[in-house]
Amino acid sequence: MRLENRLFESLSGHLADIFDRLKRKGALSEDDVNAALREIRIALIEADVALPVVKDFVNAVREQAVGQDVLRSVTPGQMVVKLVHDHLVATLGGGPGDSGALNLNVVPPAAVLMVGLQGSGKTTTAAKIARLLQAREKKKVLLASLDVARPAAQEQLATLARQIGGASLPIVAGERPVAIAKRAMDTGRREGYDVVILDTAGRLHVDEPLMHEIAAVHDAARPAETLLVVDSLTGQDAVNLGKAFAERIDLTGIVLTRIDGDARGGAALSMRAVTGKPIKLLGTGEKLDALEPFHAERIASRILGMGDIVSLVEKAAETSDRAEAEKLARKIEKGGFDLDDLAAQLAQLRKMGGMGGILGHLPGVAKVKKQLDQANIDETMLKRQAAILSSMTKAERKNPKLLNASRRQRIAAGSGTTVPEINRLIKQYQDMALMMKRMGKLGQKGLARHGISALMPGNPTRH
Amino acid sequence: MTNGFFARLKAGLARSSRNLTDGIAGVLTRRRLDDAALDALEETLIAADLGTRLAAQVVERLRQERFDKEATEAEIRGVLAEEIARTLTPAEAPLAIDDDHAARPFVVLVVGVNGGGKTTTIGKLAKRFKGEGRSVMLAAGDTFRAAATEQLTIWGERVGARVIAGPAGGDAAGLAFDALAAAKKDKADVLLIDTAGRLHNKANLMAELEKIVRVLKKADPAAPHAVLLVLDATVGQNAQAQAQAFGDMVGVTGLVMTKLDGTAKGGVLVAIAEAFKLPVHFIGIGEGADDLRPFAAKDFARSLVGLESPEG
Ligand SMILES: Nc1nc2c(ncn2[C@@H]2O[C@H](COP(=O)(O)OP(=O)(O)OP(=O)(O)O)[C@@H](O)[C@H]2O)c(=O)[nH]1
Ligand SMILES: Nc1nc2c(ncn2[C@@H]2O[C@H](COP(=O)(O)OP(=O)(O)OP(=O)(O)O)[C@@H](O)[C@H]2O)c(=O)[nH]1
Ligand SMILES: [Mg+2]
Ligand SMILES: [Mg+2]
Repeated sequence: MRLENRLFESLSGHLADIFDRLKRKGALSEDDVNAALREIRIALIEADVALPVVKDFVNAVREQAVGQDVLRSVTPGQMVVKLVHDHLVATLGGGPGDSGALNLNVVPPAAVLMVGLQGSGKTTTAAKIARLLQAREKKKVLLASLDVARPAAQEQLATLARQIGGASLPIVAGERPVAIAKRAMDTGRREGYDVVILDTAGRLHVDEPLMHEIAAVHDAARPAETLLVVDSLTGQDAVNLGKAFAERIDLTGIVLTRIDGDARGGAALSMRAVTGKPIKLLGTGEKLDALEPFHAERIASRILGMGDIVSLVEKAAETSDRAEAEKLARKIEKGGFDLDDLAAQLAQLRKMGGMGGILGHLPGVAKVKKQLDQANIDETMLKRQAAILSSMTKAERKNPKLLNASRRQRIAAGSGTTVPEINRLIKQYQDMALMMKRMGKLGQKGLARHGISALMPGNPTRH
Repeated sequence: MTNGFFARLKAGLARSSRNLTDGIAGVLTRRRLDDAALDALEETLIAADLGTRLAAQVVERLRQERFDKEATEAEIRGVLAEEIARTLTPAEAPLAIDDDHAARPFVVLVVGVNGGGKTTTIGKLAKRFKGEGRSVMLAAGDTFRAAATEQLTIWGERVGARVIAGPAGGDAAGLAFDALAAAKKDKADVLLIDTAGRLHNKANLMAELEKIVRVLKKADPAAPHAVLLVLDATVGQNAQAQAQAFGDMVGVTGLVMTKLDGTAKGGVLVAIAEAFKLPVHFIGIGEGADDLRPFAAKDFARSLVGLESPEG
């Protein structure tokens, strides 16, 4: 296929797309929103977001979404997905004060208290945090295990401390958790530790004696940070456990572990919504360096699982110039497409990094996408064509018929191109103008029936 | 079994069904089982981790049978429990230990994601099998996690079972092989092999697990005689992917669901039992050595919807 033909095809597709979208109504109707949110509700539940949280969330998005403008080149459903995503990022990210960093600005030693259900990852995370503070912030950290319940829990923490070249509080057999907490803080003060991390036994939020104990430990240690460690594989129970822990002790943040799994991680949203506390850290593996700061964007995409649509809408938003598009559509309908319009389209194309980039995100255009991929639009050619167009006078662009041989020579000299290139561009414009007419006739019905490919040269469905 | 034991189970399961029960109670103040009531019922099932598909299915069956009829609270709960139990009953199968097995021991490999309760469940199983008069040996196949061997060793001391352990960071498959040899030599009836927790989406770790199975088969082609997947009741829909991946990799033969003493309802078990036709041998209802129960479909289902277990 010749290069200009390919470019022609790309532009045709682009224009047809705009044409199609502009025939849609401009704002999200309640029906649009409700239809999309039904799917979103199921997606969130399947991602293990707790049902009460799903309901609140969906209602909040509904309020926001109805009446919002739909960007050209996306469907109302896609637009709603994008709004859901944005709301999800905002909810997960929390307020401006929630930077995600541990706040250890207290008179040392700063205590960090780890709490959570059995097996959620408290001990491992305690060691990871110690390692991070030692390595990155040059802090002197003491690890202390208050877990007198699980067999070998204290040995586990001591082993991890050795692995990171850190210190752990000597184990005293038979000592109770509150007493260990006090001894840890005393040791921290006496021996000049910056941070004391208190690991505790896993406990169920319905276990009254153990919940009482953790409150007592909290009172004794007065931690700067109290982190609820939650397995990101957690299901609907997230609300119960989040609520219970938040009611019982003053949490300062959440750590989500096992992010290296393939769960959608809806517990993140449940936790955030129910506790109101920021998610501070993510556990991303069993190894002790597998700890990362929280990124709302990343977790939101994971929960929603609709990353393609979100990035499609983002891209469309970037390149959207609604007024220009509408003007073009009116011209297309009147058949008054001139070289100025071609110039505007070329500029738009370059802004989008080629049609393959944007159309590739649209569901159901695989065939077109393939053609566009093959087109492999060449940046330098786009630039040269833009140069040709800008070397023309305004009158020439409005009325290409003026472009006789001498004018073409002048333009070639002015734009640093050649006459054959100019000839090709003009031929391409003529083909396009023809296509515009066809598109005008075809109208929305034809486009709906045959899709964008109806406009492709050489396509059998062509009228 | 003691009364205290059942009281504890009941208390645990009652907690685990409290929210569901509240939901149903809310439904039933309406008395008539109309669309709104059925929708609310569906939501209570979703909140029990049943998943959207199954919740819709169960409620649909209810709709067809009872739509627009007046119903008492107990009636609806009963029907709901029956519906769930219908799916779960085929899964109700004890772990049958083949005592006549020519080449003892009966080898049980315990697998699952991190922190689910594998090591603890092995401790509980060991106690149970010993109580049934069998000799039990444990293999500390988690050579990765800090103090995993120490943890199992303490369990071994608690229940009076010999523990075969190797150095930290050692080859798990090699250890399993040695343990099987030792168990044969000791003429142990049962060998319980602990493994390191691993997420099912980690190909290299799953391959390691597969290697343990391969190596065991070298010593005894019939081993492992059972492969138990430990599922944490707190885990949501991801448990299905776990069952799939572990099943594919090491041929899981049965399930244990732990941590049913909390408020997590474990409803995902219904989908798993249905999809994979796997028996659920035991449930875990606490951290102690006695906190293990044979899985009983009807009790599980009745407790799930807030009905007392029949033993109570
Ligand atoms: N893959 C993965 N495994 C993790 C992560 N964090 C912890 N683990 C593993 O999860 C298991 C349980 O971790 P622990 O740190 O012992 O959990 P815990 O909350 O202290 O457990 P209890 O003290 O028994 O309540 C171990 O096998 C850890 O290696 C993580 O982010 N990713
Ligand atoms: N409440 C409750 N806790 C349990 C139950 N089973 C295990 N646990 C606790 O869960 C935590 C993890 O149990 P482990 O047996 O160490 O889990 P694991 O699967 O061996 O963990 P890794 O080896 O680190 O992957 C421990 O604190 C256990 O005491 C149960 O049925 N109920
Ligand atoms: Mg621990
Ligand atoms: Mg273990």
